[in-house]
Amino acid sequence: MAGTLIFSENPALVLELATAALEMDSGPVYALVINNGPQAEKLSNHGLAVLSVDEPGMSSFDTAGCAQAVAQTAGQKDLSMVLLSSDRRGKELAGRVAEAMHAGCLTDVKGFSLEGGQLAFTRNSLGGATLATQAIKTPAQVVAVSPRAFAPIAPTATGSIEAVKINVPASAVKLVETRSKAGDTVDLQAAERLVVVGQGVEDQSDLALVEQVAQALKAEIGCSKPVATDKKWYPEERIIGLSGKICKPALALILGVSGQVQFTVGVREAQVIVSVNNDENAFMNKIADYVLVADLKEALPELVRQLG
Amino acid sequence: MNIVVAMKEIPDIQQIRIRNRKPVTDDVPRTLGNIDKNALEAAVQIKEKTDSQVIVVGVGSSEVEDTFKEALAAGGDEARLVVWDGELESSQSAQLLAALITKIDSVGLILFGEGSGDNYSSQVGSRVAQILGLPQVGYVNRIEIEGSTARVTRSLEDCEQDLEVALPAVIMVSSDINTARIPSVTQILKAGKKPKEVLAANELGVAIPAAQVETISNLAPEMERRQISVKTISDLVKALADEGFGGGR
Ligand SMILES: Cc1cc2nc3c(=O)[nH]c(=O)nc-3n(C[C@H](O)[C@H](O)[C@H](O)COP(=O)(O)OP(=O)(O)OC[C@H]3O[C@@H](n4cnc5c(N)ncnc54)[C@H](O)[C@@H]3O)c2cc1C
Repeated sequence: MAGTLIFSENPALVLELATAALEMDSGPVYALVINNGPQAEKLSNHGLAVLSVDEPGMSSFDTAGCAQAVAQTAGQKDLSMVLLSSDRRGKELAGRVAEAMHAGCLTDVKGFSLEGGQLAFTRNSLGGATLATQAIKTPAQVVAVSPRAFAPIAPTATGSIEAVKINVPASAVKLVETRSKAGDTVDLQAAERLVVVGQGVEDQSDLALVEQVAQALKAEIGCSKPVATDKKWYPEERIIGLSGKICKPALALILGVSGQVQFTVGVREAQVIVSVNNDENAFMNKIADYVLVADLKEALPELVRQLG
Repeated sequence: MNIVVAMKEIPDIQQIRIRNRKPVTDDVPRTLGNIDKNALEAAVQIKEKTDSQVIVVGVGSSEVEDTFKEALAAGGDEARLVVWDGELESSQSAQLLAALITKIDSVGLILFGEGSGDNYSSQVGSRVAQILGLPQVGYVNRIEIEGSTARVTRSLEDCEQDLEVALPAVIMVSSDINTARIPSVTQILKAGKKPKEVLAANELGVAIPAAQVETISNLAPEMERRQISVKTISDLVKALADEGFGGGR
Protein backbone atom coordinates (compact mmCIF):
# COMPACT_ATOMS: atom_id res chain seq x y z
CA MET A 1 0.00 0.00 0.00
CA ALA A 2 2.03 2.86 -1.30
CA GLY A 3 -0.26 5.82 -0.93
CA THR A 4 -3.51 7.47 -1.90
CA LEU A 5 -4.59 9.65 -4.81
CA ILE A 6 -7.71 11.71 -4.25
CA PHE A 7 -9.68 13.44 -6.98
CA SER A 8 -12.91 15.38 -7.32
CA GLU A 9 -13.77 18.37 -9.44
CA ASN A 10 -15.60 19.79 -6.44
CA PRO A 11 -12.99 21.32 -4.04
CA ALA A 12 -15.28 20.94 -1.02
CA LEU A 13 -15.44 17.20 -1.67
CA VAL A 14 -11.65 17.01 -2.12
CA LEU A 15 -11.32 18.20 1.49
CA GLU A 16 -13.69 15.43 2.63
CA LEU A 17 -11.72 12.85 0.64
CA ALA A 18 -8.53 14.09 2.29
CA THR A 19 -10.04 13.31 5.70
CA ALA A 20 -11.10 9.85 4.55
CA ALA A 21 -7.62 9.18 3.11
CA LEU A 22 -5.91 10.27 6.30
CA GLU A 23 -8.18 8.12 8.46
CA MET A 24 -7.50 5.09 6.24
CA ASP A 25 -3.86 5.66 6.99
CA SER A 26 -2.50 4.02 3.85
CA GLY A 27 0.58 6.10 3.10
CA PRO A 28 1.07 9.58 1.69
CA VAL A 29 -1.96 11.41 0.27
CA TYR A 30 -1.90 13.39 -2.99
CA ALA A 31 -4.73 15.44 -4.49
CA LEU A 32 -4.98 15.45 -8.30
CA VAL A 33 -6.13 18.65 -10.00
CA ILE A 34 -6.77 18.65 -13.75
CA ASN A 35 -6.47 21.86 -15.79
CA ASN A 36 -7.40 24.11 -12.91
CA GLY A 37 -4.54 26.27 -11.64
CA PRO A 38 -6.65 28.26 -9.16
CA GLN A 39 -7.98 25.07 -7.58
CA ALA A 40 -4.47 23.60 -7.31
CA GLU A 41 -3.41 26.82 -5.58
CA LYS A 42 -6.38 26.78 -3.24
CA LEU A 43 -5.93 23.14 -2.20
CA SER A 44 -2.21 23.52 -1.65
CA ASN A 45 -2.86 26.62 0.47
CA HIS A 46 -5.19 24.42 2.50
CA GLY A 47 -2.30 22.06 3.16
CA LEU A 48 -2.71 19.35 0.52
CA ALA A 49 0.08 17.85 -1.60
CA VAL A 50 -1.31 18.66 -5.04
CA LEU A 51 -0.39 16.89 -8.27
CA SER A 52 -1.35 19.27 -11.03
CA VAL A 53 -2.02 18.15 -14.60
CA ASP A 54 -2.05 20.84 -17.27
CA GLU A 55 -3.14 19.24 -20.51
CA PRO A 56 -4.96 21.63 -22.86
CA GLY A 57 -6.13 18.72 -25.01
CA MET A 58 -8.13 17.30 -22.13
CA SER A 59 -11.50 18.32 -20.78
CA SER A 60 -13.36 17.52 -17.60
CA PHE A 61 -16.50 16.50 -19.49
CA ASP A 62 -14.58 13.68 -21.23
CA THR A 63 -14.70 10.81 -18.75
CA ALA A 64 -12.33 8.66 -20.83
CA GLY A 65 -9.61 11.32 -20.69
CA CYS A 66 -10.13 12.07 -16.98
CA ALA A 67 -9.93 8.37 -16.17
CA GLN A 68 -6.62 8.17 -18.05
CA ALA A 69 -5.31 11.16 -16.11
CA VAL A 70 -6.23 9.59 -12.76
CA ALA A 71 -4.92 6.13 -13.64
CA GLN A 72 -1.67 7.41 -15.16
CA THR A 73 -0.97 9.73 -12.24
CA ALA A 74 -1.60 6.92 -9.75
CA GLY A 75 0.73 4.71 -11.82
CA GLN A 76 3.53 7.27 -12.03
CA LYS A 77 3.43 7.95 -8.31
CA ASP A 78 2.87 4.31 -7.41
CA LEU A 79 -0.32 5.09 -5.49
CA SER A 80 -2.53 2.05 -5.07
CA MET A 81 -5.58 3.65 -3.46
CA VAL A 82 -7.74 6.07 -5.45
CA LEU A 83 -10.50 7.97 -3.67
CA LEU A 84 -13.12 9.74 -5.80
CA SER A 85 -16.25 11.64 -4.82
CA SER A 86 -19.46 9.67 -5.19
CA ASP A 87 -21.30 12.51 -6.88
CA ARG A 88 -22.39 11.96 -10.49
CA ARG A 89 -19.03 12.99 -11.97
CA GLY A 90 -17.10 10.78 -9.58
CA LYS A 91 -19.38 7.79 -9.96
CA GLU A 92 -19.14 7.90 -13.74
CA LEU A 93 -15.37 8.11 -13.46
CA ALA A 94 -14.96 5.34 -10.87
CA GLY A 95 -15.69 2.31 -13.04
CA ARG A 96 -13.48 3.56 -15.86
CA VAL A 97 -10.53 4.37 -13.59
CA ALA A 98 -10.92 0.98 -11.92
CA GLU A 99 -10.94 -0.88 -15.21
CA ALA A 100 -7.88 1.06 -16.40
CA MET A 101 -6.05 0.17 -13.16
CA HIS A 102 -7.33 -3.45 -13.03
CA ALA A 103 -8.72 -2.48 -9.67
CA GLY A 104 -11.73 -3.54 -7.68
CA CYS A 105 -14.08 -0.65 -7.02
CA LEU A 106 -16.84 0.39 -4.64
CA THR A 107 -19.07 3.45 -5.03
CA ASP A 108 -21.42 5.26 -2.62
CA VAL A 109 -19.15 4.33 0.25
CA LYS A 110 -20.20 5.95 3.53
CA GLY A 111 -17.63 4.58 5.93
CA PHE A 112 -14.89 2.06 6.52
CA SER A 113 -13.51 -0.17 9.25
CA LEU A 114 -10.63 -2.56 9.66
CA GLU A 115 -11.69 -6.21 9.38
CA GLY A 116 -8.88 -8.65 9.99
CA GLY A 117 -6.23 -6.14 8.97
CA GLN A 118 -7.93 -5.17 5.69
CA LEU A 119 -10.01 -2.11 4.90
CA ALA A 120 -13.72 -2.91 4.73
CA PHE A 121 -16.14 -0.37 3.31
CA THR A 122 -19.83 0.13 4.04
CA ARG A 123 -22.41 1.02 1.41
CA ASN A 124 -26.12 0.57 0.81
CA SER A 125 -27.17 -2.47 -1.15
CA LEU A 126 -30.36 -4.01 -2.54
CA GLY A 127 -31.82 -0.60 -3.30
CA GLY A 128 -31.12 0.57 0.25
CA ALA A 129 -32.73 -2.39 2.02
CA THR A 130 -29.40 -3.54 3.39
CA LEU A 131 -26.05 -2.17 4.44
CA ALA A 132 -23.17 -4.14 2.94
CA THR A 133 -19.64 -4.37 4.31
CA GLN A 134 -17.25 -5.13 1.46
CA ALA A 135 -13.51 -5.42 0.92
CA ILE A 136 -11.57 -4.96 -2.32
CA LYS A 137 -9.24 -7.87 -3.11
CA THR A 138 -7.00 -6.29 -5.77
CA PRO A 139 -3.72 -4.49 -4.97
CA ALA A 140 -5.08 -1.30 -6.56
CA GLN A 141 -8.38 -0.05 -5.13
CA VAL A 142 -10.83 2.59 -6.34
CA VAL A 143 -13.37 3.91 -3.86
CA ALA A 144 -16.00 6.59 -4.49
CA VAL A 145 -16.95 8.21 -1.19
CA SER A 146 -20.40 9.70 -0.58
CA PRO A 147 -20.51 13.45 -0.06
CA ARG A 148 -20.66 14.38 3.65
CA ALA A 149 -19.62 10.94 4.85
CA PHE A 150 -16.44 12.59 6.16
CA ALA A 151 -15.86 16.08 7.54
CA PRO A 152 -13.63 18.42 5.52
CA ILE A 153 -9.99 18.32 6.58
CA ALA A 154 -8.66 21.20 8.69
CA PRO A 155 -6.12 23.50 6.98
CA THR A 156 -2.40 23.00 7.63
CA ALA A 157 0.71 24.75 6.36
CA THR A 158 2.21 21.75 4.59
CA GLY A 159 0.79 22.17 1.09
CA SER A 160 2.69 21.81 -2.17
CA ILE A 161 2.11 21.71 -5.92
CA GLU A 162 3.94 19.37 -8.27
CA ALA A 163 3.32 19.30 -12.03
CA VAL A 164 2.55 15.90 -13.57
CA LYS A 165 2.78 15.00 -17.26
CA ILE A 166 0.34 12.53 -18.67
CA ASN A 167 -0.49 11.25 -22.11
CA VAL A 168 -4.15 11.32 -23.12
CA PRO A 169 -5.56 10.36 -26.52
CA ALA A 170 -7.67 12.89 -28.45
CA SER A 171 -11.14 13.30 -27.00
CA ALA A 172 -14.16 11.91 -28.87
CA VAL A 173 -16.50 14.15 -26.85
CA LYS A 174 -17.18 17.81 -27.66
CA LEU A 175 -18.91 20.31 -25.41
CA VAL A 176 -21.62 22.33 -27.15
CA GLU A 177 -23.12 24.14 -24.18
CA THR A 178 -23.27 24.09 -20.38
CA ARG A 179 -26.31 25.36 -18.52
CA SER A 180 -26.24 25.95 -14.78
CA LYS A 181 -29.15 24.40 -12.97
CA ALA A 182 -31.67 26.89 -11.62
CA GLY A 183 -30.54 28.82 -8.57
CA ASP A 184 -32.42 26.65 -6.06
CA THR A 185 -29.40 25.66 -4.03
CA VAL A 186 -30.88 24.19 -0.89
CA ASP A 187 -28.60 22.09 1.27
CA LEU A 188 -30.96 19.38 2.49
CA GLN A 189 -28.18 17.40 4.10
CA ALA A 190 -27.40 20.32 6.38
CA ALA A 191 -31.03 20.85 7.39
CA GLU A 192 -31.94 20.10 11.00
CA ARG A 193 -35.59 19.61 10.13
CA LEU A 194 -37.19 18.30 6.95
CA VAL A 195 -40.73 18.28 5.65
CA VAL A 196 -40.98 15.73 2.88
CA VAL A 197 -43.59 15.81 0.12
CA GLY A 198 -44.66 12.47 -1.37
CA GLN A 199 -47.24 11.60 -3.99
CA GLY A 200 -49.83 11.57 -1.21
CA VAL A 201 -49.87 15.36 -1.53
CA GLU A 202 -52.22 15.15 -4.44
CA ASP A 203 -52.64 18.73 -5.67
CA GLN A 204 -49.87 21.12 -6.56
CA SER A 205 -51.92 23.92 -4.99
CA ASP A 206 -51.41 22.25 -1.60
CA LEU A 207 -47.67 22.94 -1.78
CA ALA A 208 -48.41 26.43 -0.47
CA LEU A 209 -49.71 24.77 2.71
CA VAL A 210 -46.63 22.53 2.88
CA GLU A 211 -44.53 25.68 2.59
CA GLN A 212 -46.35 27.17 5.60
CA VAL A 213 -45.87 23.99 7.64
CA ALA A 214 -42.16 24.05 6.80
CA GLN A 215 -41.88 27.70 7.77
CA ALA A 216 -43.64 27.14 11.08
CA LEU A 217 -41.29 24.26 11.88
CA LYS A 218 -38.24 26.07 10.46
CA ALA A 219 -37.73 23.11 8.15
CA GLU A 220 -36.49 22.66 4.60
CA ILE A 221 -38.68 20.91 2.05
CA GLY A 222 -37.58 17.69 0.42
CA CYS A 223 -39.58 15.31 -1.75
CA SER A 224 -39.82 11.74 -2.99
CA LYS A 225 -38.40 11.02 -6.42
CA PRO A 226 -41.63 10.94 -8.47
CA VAL A 227 -42.66 14.33 -7.05
CA ALA A 228 -39.57 15.81 -8.73
CA THR A 229 -38.99 13.62 -11.78
CA ASP A 230 -42.61 12.85 -12.83
CA LYS A 231 -44.62 15.76 -11.43
CA LYS A 232 -41.74 18.24 -11.63
CA TRP A 233 -43.09 20.12 -8.60
CA TYR A 234 -39.62 20.51 -7.12
CA PRO A 235 -36.13 20.42 -8.64
CA GLU A 236 -34.30 17.10 -8.49
CA GLU A 237 -31.87 18.36 -5.87
CA ARG A 238 -34.71 18.08 -3.35
CA ILE A 239 -35.10 14.34 -3.90
CA ILE A 240 -34.46 12.30 -0.78
CA GLY A 241 -33.25 8.74 -1.07
CA LEU A 242 -30.94 6.44 -2.94
CA SER A 243 -30.72 8.53 -6.09
CA GLY A 244 -31.10 11.80 -4.18
CA LYS A 245 -29.87 13.01 -0.81
CA ILE A 246 -29.16 10.86 2.23
CA CYS A 247 -30.10 13.03 5.24
CA LYS A 248 -29.78 12.80 9.01
CA PRO A 249 -32.07 15.53 10.32
CA ALA A 250 -33.35 15.80 13.88
CA LEU A 251 -36.91 15.73 12.52
CA ALA A 252 -38.37 14.33 9.31
CA LEU A 253 -42.07 15.03 8.82
CA ILE A 254 -43.10 12.75 5.98
CA LEU A 255 -46.27 13.67 4.10
CA GLY A 256 -47.76 10.95 1.91
CA VAL A 257 -44.75 8.80 1.12
CA SER A 258 -45.29 5.05 0.80
CA GLY A 259 -41.83 4.19 2.15
CA GLN A 260 -40.09 2.14 -0.54
CA VAL A 261 -36.53 1.33 0.55
CA GLN A 262 -35.04 3.60 -2.12
CA PHE A 263 -36.72 6.46 -0.28
CA THR A 264 -36.35 5.39 3.34
CA VAL A 265 -32.59 5.01 3.00
CA GLY A 266 -32.57 8.81 2.75
CA VAL A 267 -34.32 9.48 6.07
CA ARG A 268 -33.89 6.40 8.21
CA GLU A 269 -31.09 7.99 10.21
CA ALA A 270 -33.31 10.89 11.30
CA GLN A 271 -33.74 11.20 15.07
CA VAL A 272 -37.52 11.54 14.93
CA ILE A 273 -39.65 10.42 12.00
CA VAL A 274 -43.31 11.38 11.65
CA SER A 275 -45.45 9.82 8.92
CA VAL A 276 -48.78 11.23 7.80
CA ASN A 277 -50.50 8.85 5.41
CA ASN A 278 -54.09 7.80 4.66
CA ASP A 279 -53.01 4.17 4.47
CA GLU A 280 -52.45 2.77 7.95
CA ASN A 281 -50.41 -0.07 6.47
CA ALA A 282 -48.01 2.15 4.53
CA PHE A 283 -44.48 0.86 5.03
CA MET A 284 -43.40 4.39 5.93
CA ASN A 285 -45.45 4.13 9.14
CA LYS A 286 -43.45 1.09 10.26
CA ILE A 287 -40.27 3.10 10.46
CA ALA A 288 -41.86 6.17 12.01
CA ASP A 289 -41.89 7.34 15.63
CA TYR A 290 -45.26 9.02 15.24
CA VAL A 291 -47.96 7.97 12.80
CA LEU A 292 -51.03 9.98 11.88
CA VAL A 293 -53.46 8.16 9.61
CA ALA A 294 -55.23 10.99 7.82
CA ASP A 295 -56.12 12.42 4.43
CA LEU A 296 -53.59 15.16 3.71
CA LYS A 297 -56.22 17.15 1.86
CA GLU A 298 -57.82 17.79 5.26
CA ALA A 299 -54.78 17.39 7.49
CA LEU A 300 -52.61 20.05 5.80
CA PRO A 301 -54.87 23.10 6.38
CA GLU A 302 -55.46 21.98 9.96
CA LEU A 303 -51.73 21.50 10.56
CA VAL A 304 -51.05 25.01 9.25
CA ARG A 305 -53.73 26.42 11.56
CA GLN A 306 -52.41 24.64 14.64
CA LEU A 307 -48.72 25.26 14.04
CA GLY A 308 -49.18 28.89 13.02
CA MET B 1 -26.52 0.35 -37.15
CA ASN B 2 -27.01 -1.92 -34.20
CA ILE B 3 -28.00 -0.44 -30.86
CA VAL B 4 -26.95 -2.61 -27.95
CA VAL B 5 -28.82 -2.29 -24.65
CA ALA B 6 -27.20 -3.95 -21.65
CA MET B 7 -29.74 -4.89 -18.99
CA LYS B 8 -29.32 -6.50 -15.59
CA GLU B 9 -31.35 -9.39 -14.29
CA ILE B 10 -32.08 -8.63 -10.63
CA PRO B 11 -34.31 -10.03 -7.91
CA ASP B 12 -37.55 -8.05 -7.67
CA ILE B 13 -36.54 -5.66 -4.90
CA GLN B 14 -40.14 -5.03 -3.80
CA GLN B 15 -40.49 -8.71 -2.98
CA ILE B 16 -37.32 -9.15 -0.93
CA ARG B 17 -38.19 -9.77 2.70
CA ILE B 18 -35.86 -9.25 5.62
CA ARG B 19 -35.58 -12.08 8.15
CA ASN B 20 -33.22 -11.73 11.12
CA ARG B 21 -31.80 -8.69 9.35
CA LYS B 22 -30.85 -10.88 6.37
CA PRO B 23 -32.37 -10.33 2.94
CA VAL B 24 -34.25 -13.42 1.75
CA THR B 25 -33.93 -13.64 -2.02
CA ASP B 26 -34.89 -17.30 -2.52
CA ASP B 27 -38.08 -17.63 -4.52
CA VAL B 28 -38.05 -13.92 -5.32
CA PRO B 29 -38.90 -13.60 -9.03
CA ARG B 30 -36.27 -12.20 -11.38
CA THR B 31 -36.88 -8.98 -13.22
CA LEU B 32 -35.00 -6.29 -15.13
CA GLY B 33 -33.71 -3.05 -13.59
CA ASN B 34 -36.09 -0.09 -13.93
CA ILE B 35 -33.54 2.33 -15.33
CA ASP B 36 -32.39 -0.39 -17.73
CA LYS B 37 -35.94 -0.30 -19.09
CA ASN B 38 -35.49 3.43 -19.74
CA ALA B 39 -32.30 2.58 -21.66
CA LEU B 40 -34.24 0.07 -23.75
CA GLU B 41 -37.00 2.61 -24.39
CA ALA B 42 -34.40 5.16 -25.52
CA ALA B 43 -32.98 2.57 -27.94
CA VAL B 44 -36.42 1.72 -29.32
CA GLN B 45 -37.19 5.40 -29.87
CA ILE B 46 -33.90 5.86 -31.76
CA LYS B 47 -34.65 2.74 -33.79
CA GLU B 48 -38.01 4.19 -34.78
CA LYS B 49 -36.26 7.27 -36.24
CA THR B 50 -33.17 5.64 -37.74
CA ASP B 51 -32.80 2.36 -39.51
CA SER B 52 -31.42 0.28 -36.69
CA GLN B 53 -31.79 -2.95 -34.79
CA VAL B 54 -32.00 -3.17 -31.02
CA ILE B 55 -30.02 -6.02 -29.50
CA VAL B 56 -30.38 -6.58 -25.76
CA VAL B 57 -27.52 -8.22 -23.91
CA GLY B 58 -27.34 -9.51 -20.37
CA VAL B 59 -25.92 -11.99 -17.94
CA GLY B 60 -28.11 -13.91 -15.59
CA SER B 61 -29.38 -17.01 -13.88
CA SER B 62 -30.64 -20.14 -15.59
CA GLU B 63 -33.93 -18.24 -15.98
CA VAL B 64 -32.29 -15.40 -17.87
CA GLU B 65 -34.05 -16.25 -21.14
CA ASP B 66 -37.39 -15.91 -19.42
CA THR B 67 -36.43 -12.68 -17.65
CA PHE B 68 -35.42 -11.03 -20.91
CA LYS B 69 -38.69 -11.90 -22.68
CA GLU B 70 -40.03 -8.60 -21.36
CA ALA B 71 -37.21 -6.72 -23.09
CA LEU B 72 -37.99 -8.37 -26.41
CA ALA B 73 -41.68 -7.62 -25.90
CA ALA B 74 -40.89 -3.96 -25.18
CA GLY B 75 -39.10 -3.48 -28.49
CA GLY B 76 -35.81 -5.38 -28.48
CA ASP B 77 -35.28 -7.23 -31.77
CA GLU B 78 -32.86 -9.83 -30.55
CA ALA B 79 -31.28 -11.02 -27.30
CA ARG B 80 -27.75 -12.28 -26.64
CA LEU B 81 -27.47 -13.71 -23.15
CA VAL B 82 -24.96 -15.47 -20.96
CA VAL B 83 -25.89 -17.84 -18.17
CA TRP B 84 -23.86 -17.47 -15.01
CA ASP B 85 -24.54 -19.36 -11.81
CA GLY B 86 -24.02 -17.43 -8.62
CA GLU B 87 -22.85 -13.98 -7.70
CA LEU B 88 -21.26 -11.64 -10.22
CA GLU B 89 -19.28 -8.60 -9.31
CA SER B 90 -19.15 -5.44 -11.49
CA SER B 91 -15.74 -6.17 -13.03
CA GLN B 92 -16.85 -9.66 -14.02
CA SER B 93 -20.17 -8.48 -15.48
CA ALA B 94 -18.25 -5.91 -17.50
CA GLN B 95 -15.92 -8.56 -18.97
CA LEU B 96 -18.82 -10.83 -19.91
CA LEU B 97 -20.85 -8.01 -21.46
CA ALA B 98 -17.85 -6.64 -23.36
CA ALA B 99 -17.20 -10.12 -24.76
CA LEU B 100 -20.85 -10.41 -25.86
CA ILE B 101 -20.81 -6.95 -27.45
CA THR B 102 -17.56 -7.63 -29.32
CA LYS B 103 -19.35 -10.42 -31.19
CA ILE B 104 -21.96 -8.00 -32.56
CA ASP B 105 -21.30 -6.24 -35.90
CA SER B 106 -21.64 -2.52 -36.65
CA VAL B 107 -22.49 -1.43 -33.12
CA GLY B 108 -23.24 2.32 -33.09
CA LEU B 109 -24.51 2.80 -29.59
CA ILE B 110 -24.26 0.85 -26.35
CA LEU B 111 -26.83 1.89 -23.76
CA PHE B 112 -26.92 1.24 -20.03
CA GLY B 113 -29.06 2.57 -17.18
CA GLU B 114 -27.24 4.93 -14.78
CA GLY B 115 -27.31 2.25 -12.11
CA SER B 116 -28.70 -1.23 -11.60
CA GLY B 117 -31.90 -1.76 -9.64
CA ASP B 118 -30.24 -3.79 -6.91
CA ASN B 119 -26.67 -2.64 -6.36
CA TYR B 120 -26.84 0.80 -8.03
CA SER B 121 -23.05 0.92 -8.12
CA SER B 122 -22.94 2.47 -11.63
CA GLN B 123 -19.67 0.83 -12.59
CA VAL B 124 -20.43 -1.59 -15.38
CA GLY B 125 -21.14 0.88 -18.21
CA SER B 126 -17.92 2.80 -17.53
CA ARG B 127 -15.92 -0.44 -17.26
CA VAL B 128 -17.31 -1.74 -20.57
CA ALA B 129 -16.44 1.58 -22.25
CA GLN B 130 -12.87 1.27 -21.00
CA ILE B 131 -12.53 -2.38 -22.05
CA LEU B 132 -13.84 -1.58 -25.54
CA GLY B 133 -11.84 1.68 -25.73
CA LEU B 134 -14.97 3.73 -26.50
CA PRO B 135 -16.01 7.23 -25.43
CA GLN B 136 -18.74 7.44 -22.81
CA VAL B 137 -21.29 9.84 -21.38
CA GLY B 138 -23.26 9.15 -18.20
CA TYR B 139 -26.44 10.59 -16.62
CA VAL B 140 -27.91 11.31 -20.05
CA ASN B 141 -31.49 12.56 -20.35
CA ARG B 142 -31.57 13.28 -24.12
CA ILE B 143 -30.11 11.44 -27.12
CA GLU B 144 -30.33 12.49 -30.75
CA ILE B 145 -28.47 10.66 -33.47
CA GLU B 146 -27.06 12.63 -36.41
CA GLY B 147 -25.08 10.46 -38.76
CA SER B 148 -22.09 9.17 -36.87
CA THR B 149 -22.55 11.52 -33.92
CA ALA B 150 -24.81 11.42 -30.90
CA ARG B 151 -25.97 14.73 -29.43
CA VAL B 152 -26.68 14.11 -25.78
CA THR B 153 -27.44 16.04 -22.61
CA ARG B 154 -25.70 14.99 -19.41
CA SER B 155 -27.47 16.12 -16.24
CA LEU B 156 -25.13 16.70 -13.28
CA GLU B 157 -25.88 18.03 -9.80
CA ASP B 158 -25.06 21.62 -10.69
CA CYS B 159 -25.38 21.84 -14.48
CA GLU B 160 -26.50 20.31 -17.74
CA GLN B 161 -23.95 19.68 -20.49
CA ASP B 162 -24.92 19.38 -24.14
CA LEU B 163 -22.28 17.16 -25.71
CA GLU B 164 -21.47 15.68 -29.08
CA VAL B 165 -19.93 12.26 -28.96
CA ALA B 166 -18.52 10.29 -31.87
CA LEU B 167 -20.08 6.86 -32.41
CA PRO B 168 -19.67 4.13 -31.42
CA ALA B 169 -20.10 5.25 -27.83
CA VAL B 170 -21.33 4.02 -24.47
CA ILE B 171 -24.20 6.06 -23.03
CA MET B 172 -25.72 5.63 -19.58
CA VAL B 173 -29.19 7.11 -19.24
CA SER B 174 -31.07 8.53 -16.26
CA SER B 175 -34.60 7.48 -15.44
CA ASP B 176 -36.02 10.84 -16.51
CA ILE B 177 -35.00 10.35 -20.16
CA ASN B 178 -38.39 8.79 -20.94
CA THR B 179 -41.24 6.68 -19.63
CA ALA B 180 -40.62 3.09 -20.59
CA ARG B 181 -43.49 1.40 -22.40
CA ILE B 182 -45.18 -1.58 -20.81
CA PRO B 183 -45.56 -4.37 -23.38
CA SER B 184 -49.00 -5.75 -24.19
CA VAL B 185 -49.92 -9.40 -23.79
CA THR B 186 -49.70 -9.96 -27.57
CA GLN B 187 -46.24 -8.40 -27.62
CA ILE B 188 -45.18 -10.70 -24.80
CA LEU B 189 -46.51 -13.73 -26.69
CA LYS B 190 -44.74 -12.63 -29.88
CA ALA B 191 -41.50 -12.01 -27.99
CA GLY B 192 -41.08 -15.77 -27.63
CA LYS B 193 -40.41 -16.00 -31.37
CA LYS B 194 -37.74 -13.32 -31.55
CA PRO B 195 -34.14 -14.53 -32.03
CA LYS B 196 -32.27 -15.36 -28.86
CA GLU B 197 -28.81 -16.71 -28.30
CA VAL B 198 -28.05 -18.09 -24.86
CA LEU B 199 -24.43 -18.99 -24.18
CA ALA B 200 -22.58 -20.47 -21.27
CA ALA B 201 -19.79 -18.23 -19.98
CA ASN B 202 -17.09 -20.62 -21.23
CA GLU B 203 -18.40 -20.33 -24.78
CA LEU B 204 -17.46 -16.64 -24.92
CA GLY B 205 -13.75 -17.23 -25.28
CA VAL B 206 -12.69 -14.80 -22.55
CA ALA B 207 -11.18 -15.56 -19.21
CA ILE B 208 -13.41 -14.22 -16.47
CA PRO B 209 -11.30 -12.87 -13.63
CA ALA B 210 -11.93 -13.74 -10.01
CA ALA B 211 -14.22 -11.40 -8.09
CA GLN B 212 -12.38 -8.22 -7.10
CA VAL B 213 -14.73 -7.40 -4.27
CA GLU B 214 -15.64 -9.59 -1.32
CA THR B 215 -18.85 -9.08 0.62
CA ILE B 216 -18.15 -9.57 4.31
CA SER B 217 -21.72 -8.98 5.45
CA ASN B 218 -24.97 -7.64 4.03
CA LEU B 219 -27.56 -6.91 6.68
CA ALA B 220 -30.63 -4.76 7.01
CA PRO B 221 -29.96 -1.87 9.37
CA GLU B 222 -31.81 -1.87 12.68
CA MET B 223 -34.83 0.34 12.16
CA GLU B 224 -36.70 -0.01 15.43
CA ARG B 225 -39.08 2.92 15.75
CA ARG B 226 -41.74 3.72 18.31
CA GLN B 227 -44.69 3.79 15.86
CA ILE B 228 -46.80 5.83 18.27
CA SER B 229 -50.21 6.32 16.76
CA VAL B 230 -51.55 9.89 17.07
CA LYS B 231 -55.23 10.36 16.39
CA THR B 232 -55.60 14.08 15.68
CA ILE B 233 -53.61 16.99 14.36
CA SER B 234 -53.57 18.57 17.81
CA ASP B 235 -52.09 15.36 19.25
CA LEU B 236 -49.45 15.49 16.52
CA VAL B 237 -48.61 19.13 17.18
CA LYS B 238 -48.37 18.35 20.90
CA ALA B 239 -46.09 15.36 20.25
CA LEU B 240 -43.87 17.55 18.06
CA ALA B 241 -43.69 20.18 20.78
CA ASP B 242 -42.84 17.55 23.39
CA GLU B 243 -39.97 16.37 21.18
CA GLY B 244 -38.69 19.95 21.03
CA PHE B 245 -40.06 20.80 17.58
CA GLY B 246 -42.47 23.57 18.41
CA GLY B 247 -44.25 25.56 15.73
CA GLY B 248 -44.74 29.28 15.51
CA ARG B 249 -43.32 31.88 13.20
C1 LIG C 1 -32.89 2.58 -8.67
C2 LIG C 1 -34.02 3.35 -8.01
C3 LIG C 1 -33.72 4.48 -7.28
C4 LIG C 1 -34.73 5.19 -6.65
N1 LIG C 1 -34.38 6.27 -5.91
C5 LIG C 1 -35.35 6.94 -5.24
C6 LIG C 1 -35.01 8.06 -4.40
O1 LIG C 1 -33.85 8.46 -4.28
N2 LIG C 1 -36.02 8.68 -3.75
C7 LIG C 1 -37.33 8.27 -3.85
O2 LIG C 1 -38.19 8.88 -3.21
N3 LIG C 1 -37.66 7.25 -4.64
C8 LIG C 1 -36.72 6.56 -5.34
N4 LIG C 1 -37.09 5.53 -6.13
C9 LIG C 1 -38.54 5.27 -6.32
C10 LIG C 1 -39.18 4.53 -5.15
O3 LIG C 1 -39.07 3.13 -5.38
C11 LIG C 1 -40.67 4.86 -5.02
O4 LIG C 1 -41.29 4.61 -6.25
C12 LIG C 1 -40.95 6.29 -4.58
O5 LIG C 1 -40.23 6.61 -3.43
C13 LIG C 1 -42.43 6.46 -4.32
O6 LIG C 1 -42.73 7.81 -4.01
P1 LIG C 1 -43.97 8.17 -3.10
O7 LIG C 1 -43.92 7.39 -1.84
O8 LIG C 1 -44.05 9.64 -3.01
O9 LIG C 1 -45.23 7.72 -3.99
P2 LIG C 1 -46.20 6.48 -3.81
O10 LIG C 1 -45.47 5.23 -3.72
O11 LIG C 1 -47.22 6.66 -4.87
O12 LIG C 1 -46.87 6.71 -2.39
C14 LIG C 1 -47.80 7.70 -2.09
C15 LIG C 1 -48.25 7.51 -0.64
O13 LIG C 1 -49.16 8.52 -0.29
C16 LIG C 1 -50.30 7.98 0.35
N5 LIG C 1 -51.42 8.83 0.00
C17 LIG C 1 -52.08 8.91 -1.18
N6 LIG C 1 -53.04 9.85 -1.11
C18 LIG C 1 -52.99 10.37 0.12
C19 LIG C 1 -53.75 11.37 0.80
N7 LIG C 1 -54.73 12.06 0.20
N8 LIG C 1 -53.44 11.64 2.08
C20 LIG C 1 -52.44 10.97 2.72
N9 LIG C 1 -51.69 10.02 2.12
C21 LIG C 1 -51.98 9.72 0.84
C22 LIG C 1 -50.42 6.57 -0.16
O14 LIG C 1 -51.04 5.75 0.80
C23 LIG C 1 -48.96 6.18 -0.38
O15 LIG C 1 -48.42 5.59 0.79
C24 LIG C 1 -36.10 4.79 -6.78
C25 LIG C 1 -36.39 3.66 -7.51
C26 LIG C 1 -35.39 2.93 -8.12
C27 LIG C 1 -35.75 1.71 -8.90
